[in-house]
Formats: sequence, C-alpha cells, structure tokens
Amino acid sequence: MSGKEGSGGFRKRKHDNFPHGQRKDEKNNVNSSSSLMVSFKSFQLELDTRHDKYERLVKLSRDITIESKRTIFLLHRITSDPNGEEILNESEAKLEAVRQKIKQVAQELIGEDMYQFHRAISPGLQEYVEAVSFQYFIKTRSLISVKEINKQLIFTMEDKEEETNTPSSNPHDKQLCTWSLKVTPVDYLLGVADLTGELMRMCINSVGNGDIDTPFELSQFLRQIYDGFSYIGNTGPYEVSKKLYTLKQSLAKVENACYTLKVRGSEIPKHMLADVFSTKAEMIDREDGLS
Amino acid sequence: MSVSEMFITLQGVLTADQDIREEIRKVVQTLEQTAREILTLLQGVHQGAGFQDIPKKCQKAREHFGTVKTQLASLKTKFPADQYYRFHEHWRFVLQRLVFLAAFVVYLETETLVTREVVTEILGIEADRERGFHLDIEDYLSGILTLASELSRLAVNSVTAGDYSRPLRISTFINELDSGFRLLNLKNDSLRKRYDGLKYDVKKIEEVVYDLSIRGLNKEAASDTGGEK
Repeated sequence: MSGKEGSGGFRKRKHDNFPHGQRKDEKNNVNSSSSLMVSFKSFQLELDTRHDKYERLVKLSRDITIESKRTIFLLHRITSDPNGEEILNESEAKLEAVRQKIKQVAQELIGEDMYQFHRAISPGLQEYVEAVSFQYFIKTRSLISVKEINKQLIFTMEDKEEETNTPSSNPHDKQLCTWSLKVTPVDYLLGVADLTGELMRMCINSVGNGDIDTPFELSQFLRQIYDGFSYIGNTGPYEVSKKLYTLKQSLAKVENACYTLKVRGSEIPKHMLADVFSTKAEMIDREDGLS
Repeated sequence: MSVSEMFITLQGVLTADQDIREEIRKVVQTLEQTAREILTLLQGVHQGAGFQDIPKKCQKAREHFGTVKTQLASLKTKFPADQYYRFHEHWRFVLQRLVFLAAFVVYLETETLVTREVVTEILGIEADRERGFHLDIEDYLSGILTLASELSRLAVNSVTAGDYSRPLRISTFINELDSGFRLLNLKNDSLRKRYDGLKYDVKKIEEVVYDLSIRGLNKEAASDTGGEK
C-alpha cells in the first residue's frame, strides 16, 4: 500500500516539474476518451483488483504465520508441563483458528490460478505445515503426510458465505459445496525441514527436564527425515537444498545430545545435564564454522 | 506410511515436475529462436534503405508469427492448463518479447497501439485466463514498454534517413502511451521499473521533435499531424 502511495507521490512530483505550457499541451493532445485511454483504464482496474487480492492474501498469510508460531510455542510447553493433554487440546483449538484463516485464503482463490498468488501465501502455509506436523508428531510420534494435511483443508460451504465477492464462484457453489486449498509438495517439504528445528529444540528441552527417552526417539525420527531429504537431494528446488544444511546441524546437535546421554548420563546429576548440552552445542557450532 | 515411503513419493512428484519443466524449456528455446529471427527482420527498418519496404518486412514478420503460433500451441500441451502460473517464469521473457514484436509490426503497419486481444490473436493464444493459455496483463504491458524504447530509437533513425514527419507521429503516440501508463497504479515490481524507463523514451523523442522544430524541418509534416508543438 505504501509503495503505491509512494509511486503516486513520485509521479506527482515529476509531473510538477514539467513546464506548465507543456502540461497543458499534453492534456490537449491526449483525448481521454480515446480507445487507448479506455483500454488503459480497464488495465488499471484489472491490475488494482489483482494487487488488492495479493495484499489481502499476504495479510492472511502473515496472520497464519503468527498463529502457527504461537501454536508451536504452546506445544513446546508440553515437555515441562504435567498436563500435556490440556495443552494438546488448546493447540488443536488454535490450529482450528488457523484453518479458518486458510479457509479465507481458499475463498480468495476460488476461480483463480493458485500459483499466481502462491508467493503471497507460501510462507504462511509452510508455517502451518510446521505447526500441524509438530502437533501430529507429539500425538503419534510419526510424520504427517501431505494427504493428511490436505484432508484437513477441505472446507464445506456455509449458507452465509453464499455472497462471496468473487462472482465466478457462483456456478461453483451450486455444483459442489466444498472447496479446498492444497499444500504443494514443496511447501510441505520446507515446512517439514523447519519442523526438524523444532524437534531439535524439543530434544534439548526434554533433556533439560530429565527426560531420557525422548531424545533417543527424536534422534531416530530426525535421522529418518534427514535420510529422506538426502534421498531427494538436489532434485528438489533450491530452497529445499538450502534447508538441508540447517537440517544437518540440527541432527548433529540431537545426535550429540544422545551420545552425551549415553556416555555420561549415568554420571552426571540430572539437573546439570542442561549445562552439559549447552556447551556441547556451542562446540558443534564452532566446528561447523571452521569446516 | 513410513517416513522413507513418504519421501519416495515426494521425490516422484518432484521428478515429474522437473520433466515438465524440461519439456517447457525445450519449446521455449525454439520460441526464442523464432523471436530472434523476427527481431532481426524488423531491425532492418532502422537502416536508411529499410524505410521504403516497411510493409514488406511486416508481411514477412507476420509469416514468422505463423511459426510462433504452432510453437505456442505445442507449449500448451506440455503442462496442465490450470497450472499456467506455476510455470509462468519459463516463458515470461519470451512472451514479452513476442508481444513487443507483434506490437511493433502493428505499429509499423497502422501506427496504432495493438490491443491485448489482437496480440493474442497474432500469437494464437486465448484472451482471458478461463479459456487456457493466455497473455498475462503485466507481460502485455511490459512488451508495450519495450515498444516505446524501440520507437524512440526509430524516431532518431528516421530523421537520419530523412523522414521528418515520422518523429512527430511517434511523439504523439508515445505521449498518449505515457498518459495511459500514468493511469496505472503500479506496484514496486519489475513492471514498475520498466515503466520508470518510459520517461527517458519520452524525453528522447521530445528532443528529436525539438531539434526538428527549431530548424523548421517539421513544417511540411505539421499540417497532417495537426497542432504539434
């Protein structure tokens, strides 16, 4: 929005710089009802409609990102909280709220090519994948599939939404009253790559809390994901291979945590374990920086 | 489904995607080749001798657009029709180039701005998104902006070739185009950047017109273009 205003201001200034005589001249020359001007007016309308839709989607995407992040923070509390069940329920409610936002996104995209606006919604979707897969992992200790995620993103039409502002949706409504938003495989992959960061944090947290079993489960799971990403390698898009590096770091941290637990876990009092890991983590960072 | 199974499925999806992109790239390469040929053909108008046989050059260019049509038709078959924007980046550049070339031909023939519908007709594609492979409005506008800089060049060269009336007509045309673009609220994207270059084209042509005016070279031309500065 500010960009638009900025450009308007810029044009205005530029316009003022024109000598007055020329400005008048120009006005006389250009007939405002010429076919060229008429078509440009329609272009203006078309571009404005498109940009407005894009901005609305960006806003929705940011809301989705924020809410998903909060859900993740909430889920991290589980390790230190005895009533995990309650937190899970709360997270479910939060995710439901996020899905309502995604529903709005899906409504905006009715009758549109989803990929045209993909850049606007992609960050939000990735964050949602991260949150939903994190919750799924805590519940079932396994990885949620793309299908499973997309299944939750099919929405049914309610009566009051009959008058959506997209006119092209009307014929659509009558035939089938559901519409959906599909998370693309790439968004899914990037979301899962982010998930590993959360899992690493969860691992270190649980060690801090004296939980000895979770780190081993997590390292097992992370290794599977890492193998999966290695299998994809560089056949995926550029962003995926970029995440692979961070993934490797997370995995190394978790594996080292497990190592330390195994070797020294029995010797060190539990309340000191957290300190051991924090120094260990720093060491890994330094090594990575050198290599 | 186990984690590794999931990743194997995903890998399959990604490979299929890459295959599509490879196919698209191949067709786009042939399109670029044809576009270059048309460009070379039309570049002839900048040379002194070229001004005489503009109609012939346009005729030839239009024949080449027949090839473009078949190439675009084959591009259409390379990906699902509802995923236009997924692969848009691959042909964006060449499509803008083709819009420019079509607009240039139409300008040389009739000295008017080609409409979006006519461009789609020349290229053998659809006018709106609902019906398949179409011309994105931003690509159309980008192509038109390229036309503007080409015309500012043409104005200079037509003076060199002794055609003093053409710059005046180009000036009217570009001024109208400039007012048209001023109606648009552009975002801070590539189209906006290219639009920012339009004022230099306008300036260049105004300088040419000025040079002609102070030397009285536009006298005979002024009568038929009507009330030029």
